[in-house]
Amino acid sequence: MTGNNFEDQLKDELIPDAGPIAGPPGDSSDMSVVTSEKLALVDSEAARAALADVPWEPGAKKPDPILVADNVVRRFGGLTAVDAEHVEVQRGVITALIGPNGAGKTTFFNLLTNFDTPDEGTRVFDGHNIDNVPAHKIANYGMVRTFQLTKALSKMTVIENMKLGATGQKGETLWRSVLPFMWKSQEKEIEARADALLERFKLSHMRDEFAGTMSGGQRKLLEMARALMVEPTMVMLDEPMAGVNPALTQSLLGHVTGLRDAGMTVLFVEHDMDMVQEISDWVIVMAEGRIIAEGPPATIGQNQAVVDAYLGSHHDSALDLDVEL
Amino acid sequence: MDWGSIIESLFRGLIGESFIVFALAAIGLNLHFGYTGLLNFGQAVFMAAGAYGLAMMVATIGPAANRNFGWDLSESTLFWAGIFVGVIVFPVIFAFVMGIPTLRLRADYLAIVTIAVAEIFRIVVRSPQPGIKKWTNSSDGLTGFSGTFYDMSPFGTQDRYLFNLFTGNQMFLVIVGWVVLAFAAAVCWLLIRSPWGRVLKAIREDEDAARSLGKNAYSYKMQALILGGIFGAVGGMIRAIGFSVAQPDNFITDVTFFVWVALILGGAGKVLAPIVGASLLYGLLNFSDTFLREGVSADVIPDSIMTGTQVGQVRFMLMGLGLALLAAFRPQGIFGNKEEMALDDR
Amino acid sequence: MAQDGGETLGGTMRAKDDAGEDIFVEGVEFTVFDEDGNVVGTATTDAEGVWLIDLPGSGVYSVELNTDTLQGFELRNPDNNPLTGVEVQPTTNKNTLFPLGERVIEESNSIRAVQLFVDGIKLGMIIAMCAIGLSLIYGTTGLTNFAHGEMVTFGAMIGFLFHVTWQFDFLGSWMTSLVFAAVVAIIVTGLAGGLFNEFVWKRLRNRGASLISALVVSIGLSIFFRYVFLYQFGGRAGFYRDYRIGENVEFFGIFTMLRKDIFIVVFGAIVLVAVATALRKTRVGKAMRAVADNRDLAESSGIDVEQVIRWVWIIGSALAGLGGVLFGLTENVNWEMGFRLLLLMFAGVTLGGLGTAYGALFGSLIAGVFIQMSTLLPFISSDMKNVGALLALIIILLVRPQGLLGRAERIG
Ligand SMILES: Nc1ncnc2c1ncn2[C@@H]1O[C@H](COP(=O)(O)OP(=O)(O)OP(=O)(O)O)[C@@H](O)[C@H]1O
Ligand SMILES: [Mg+2]
Repeated sequence: MTGNNFEDQLKDELIPDAGPIAGPPGDSSDMSVVTSEKLALVDSEAARAALADVPWEPGAKKPDPILVADNVVRRFGGLTAVDAEHVEVQRGVITALIGPNGAGKTTFFNLLTNFDTPDEGTRVFDGHNIDNVPAHKIANYGMVRTFQLTKALSKMTVIENMKLGATGQKGETLWRSVLPFMWKSQEKEIEARADALLERFKLSHMRDEFAGTMSGGQRKLLEMARALMVEPTMVMLDEPMAGVNPALTQSLLGHVTGLRDAGMTVLFVEHDMDMVQEISDWVIVMAEGRIIAEGPPATIGQNQAVVDAYLGSHHDSALDLDVEL
Repeated sequence: MDWGSIIESLFRGLIGESFIVFALAAIGLNLHFGYTGLLNFGQAVFMAAGAYGLAMMVATIGPAANRNFGWDLSESTLFWAGIFVGVIVFPVIFAFVMGIPTLRLRADYLAIVTIAVAEIFRIVVRSPQPGIKKWTNSSDGLTGFSGTFYDMSPFGTQDRYLFNLFTGNQMFLVIVGWVVLAFAAAVCWLLIRSPWGRVLKAIREDEDAARSLGKNAYSYKMQALILGGIFGAVGGMIRAIGFSVAQPDNFITDVTFFVWVALILGGAGKVLAPIVGASLLYGLLNFSDTFLREGVSADVIPDSIMTGTQVGQVRFMLMGLGLALLAAFRPQGIFGNKEEMALDDR
Repeated sequence: MAQDGGETLGGTMRAKDDAGEDIFVEGVEFTVFDEDGNVVGTATTDAEGVWLIDLPGSGVYSVELNTDTLQGFELRNPDNNPLTGVEVQPTTNKNTLFPLGERVIEESNSIRAVQLFVDGIKLGMIIAMCAIGLSLIYGTTGLTNFAHGEMVTFGAMIGFLFHVTWQFDFLGSWMTSLVFAAVVAIIVTGLAGGLFNEFVWKRLRNRGASLISALVVSIGLSIFFRYVFLYQFGGRAGFYRDYRIGENVEFFGIFTMLRKDIFIVVFGAIVLVAVATALRKTRVGKAMRAVADNRDLAESSGIDVEQVIRWVWIIGSALAGLGGVLFGLTENVNWEMGFRLLLLMFAGVTLGGLGTAYGALFGSLIAGVFIQMSTLLPFISSDMKNVGALLALIIILLVRPQGLLGRAERIG
């Protein structure tokens, strides 16, 4: 499948009733500053609606998958950390990846983004086979990730962190870098975009501080904002809410749904079931490296395999979703 | 005690040839370590690359080419070719040898491989085997390659310049060195303020983050390794021209450590640090050396504590201790900023 | 001492050791004959390679060197031994010159391979002994300790002090005296390691110093101590008294070992097996491996990490001290012996996989064997044999970056 096919398909199926993408002006979840042309083609409402027909089973086919993984296996010595037979991620929706500690979620993330190489398996992102694509190129294809352990670049200022995220910078080539006139104007544009994003994420007051002076939650925000500088089509967030105080969680959640409403695809790992319930459109459950269940968030708690995975197989009551997993 | 000669030697250290050599090497190391976080413990081999690139082109490779291919390249042609080989070809080769196996791995591996490459080079160059000695002249080293350089000197060889600090040839070398140094510092300044430099800093802070944002960390690290190596090679070349000999024992591991001292003294990660650090280092080294020697010969320091030959040893001891204390108590360098250092959570 | 006009005959025996450094050869016997072939006197070179014989007066003499005492070196001009027609003028000291070539072992190639393999195991054991500490310190604290080589030198020098300078004889035999010196060296270096941890490294850790600054501190200390050794010991090479135990013992007619080398291999094997067993069986040993494996996990499961680190420093340094004595016994004791060994330790540790104790052991043995056996290749002469090992290191990193026993790192 090529990228063009995807877009044709998109136009056929999704465009007819497409409305404006951006949220109301001034809304903190307004991601219009990061939308690119490609995203304008994605209608997240329709994408979500399309999920209604997807069966609730592991490896379910999606109507418009942006990311497809097949038979991805990763072993560490004797331990098989990931063994995913078939996974598809629907374009334009928020998919949550959940599972007990050590289920292999982070490892799976690493495999999907090529930060780690699988022992077997193929992965296709947005029509490109990415099996032999180095990790940094994946960002240029439009997939960007964050890390479970936040990676703020401590000894760089917040604005520098942000500007780093922009792709295709002329001044990042060695010979051009010593000739400032070659890149100064592009730098100005990047800076404007970074400032707008900082504004959205309410980080403007930290603009010229070292990122190392930020709190854990602020770092999470910065990492997400920086990822958006890449102008991605798909954002992969590894536990974006971990360690963030409740007051900040709401705004983070707002940002994540904002990404979707702007047409981006979001795949995120989360342990807090409340949040998963609140924002995700689809849930994939991993346990011991395998995909054991899939379905809309409301159905997951009733799934016997999921209950077994979380509570041990002897337990047979439905999962109480008020209990944090 | 002859205070005049003590002061003279202090100033020669602060602004002289050794200062220039080590400032250049430290500018390179700053690019490696200060900005990219590469633990290069083989800067001496880049310096040796500069020295041997020039010396071998003029003294052995060039003449051999003339003989075997019937060419007629003049010494000055060979000199300029040697500068190219020493500043570009050799450092690029060394950087590839060091970088290809290690730049995808954790930082420690580069440290070990850089020392290893420096040691390999030194052992091979000083090998007495005829097949190698023919090109490198073993531990005696190569001579007779600096003529073209000094022929360009406008200074009288018999006169002394700058308050009697330098001979004519030294003066010429030092002035050329200052110009080169200023140029190198300016290039470094531009690089660091550019988006390219921003990527380097990001890699230093967290390579995975940089990669997740689409930066080819491997390629940038290689570029930094090569470029920093080139600065080191220029330094090594000036050292060889100054001594008029390229000798393996002028590029031992301790030379690399000296470069580190210069960099740490000035504060890694700042454009002027290498220059300030190297100047301070050689000022202090020269001062203590002459001071102690004068003390010994004037019998102010008794022979039971230190003899003339032991002055050098005591000086090294002081330097080692100084480096340890500096790194322990002021890792940010003499003029560095403590807060910024504290952000380092490695 | 001097009779009559005080005429003497003498000389200094110098050679290059395996690393191509100048050393003095101790224990070479000389006999001086007069014109009629009568023995005038005999002498043996001292630790500085010097020999001297008083003569009855001026005249023409001949000098013979006992080639069995050459400690494995060969004369460059065997035809000049005995050296005849040496004219000694009245009241002068006449110096003679017996240039030495490389140390050579002449055997057929297959036998030579076995010999080199055995030599390699010996060298590998010494490297391993020194490298275990380096690796455990790295594993538990993250510090790449450049001053570890100086602990090796320190051990060798403590041994030298007891064994040579103070001529400390213990139970009369050369072996017991040597073991005694080695034990003293172990204790002193172990204590020194513990003190260093207590007063330098622990404080640095507690102040939250970055690993890089700690590394630079170790470089500073390495330079400092190296020059302290040079200042104290001088630039010469020292030999343990039993360096002249040059008696070869032959095994199965395939390879020979000097008595001291048998001592090194046996003693080394006992110590290494003991260490490996202790790491596997004892509580401290298990704790060390646990901390090296995953510090946070070890800490949360109730292991007192600081206590473990203390033991790592003490044991690692003691092993390095012992390694120094043994290394001094195979080659010689000098001020930068440990620093020269450091690179081989790094090679061994990296080959095996950074931070794992077994890896260090295994990698060092391989490095030792590789260093010796690489001289079988026609283009690697003995002065370049370390090059072979270092090249192998680079190549292994290309093929198997995590080292032979290491495992890949976690991301994300
Ligand atoms: N580099 C590695 N070497 C060895 N084992 C590893 C490595 N990386 C991960 N593992 C193992 O793989 C399994 C899956 O780990 P992973 O980090 O993917 O889990 P996770 O689902 O992200 O857990 P959590 O929810 O706690 O973040 C674990 O058992 C882990 O110990
Ligand atoms: Mg995880």
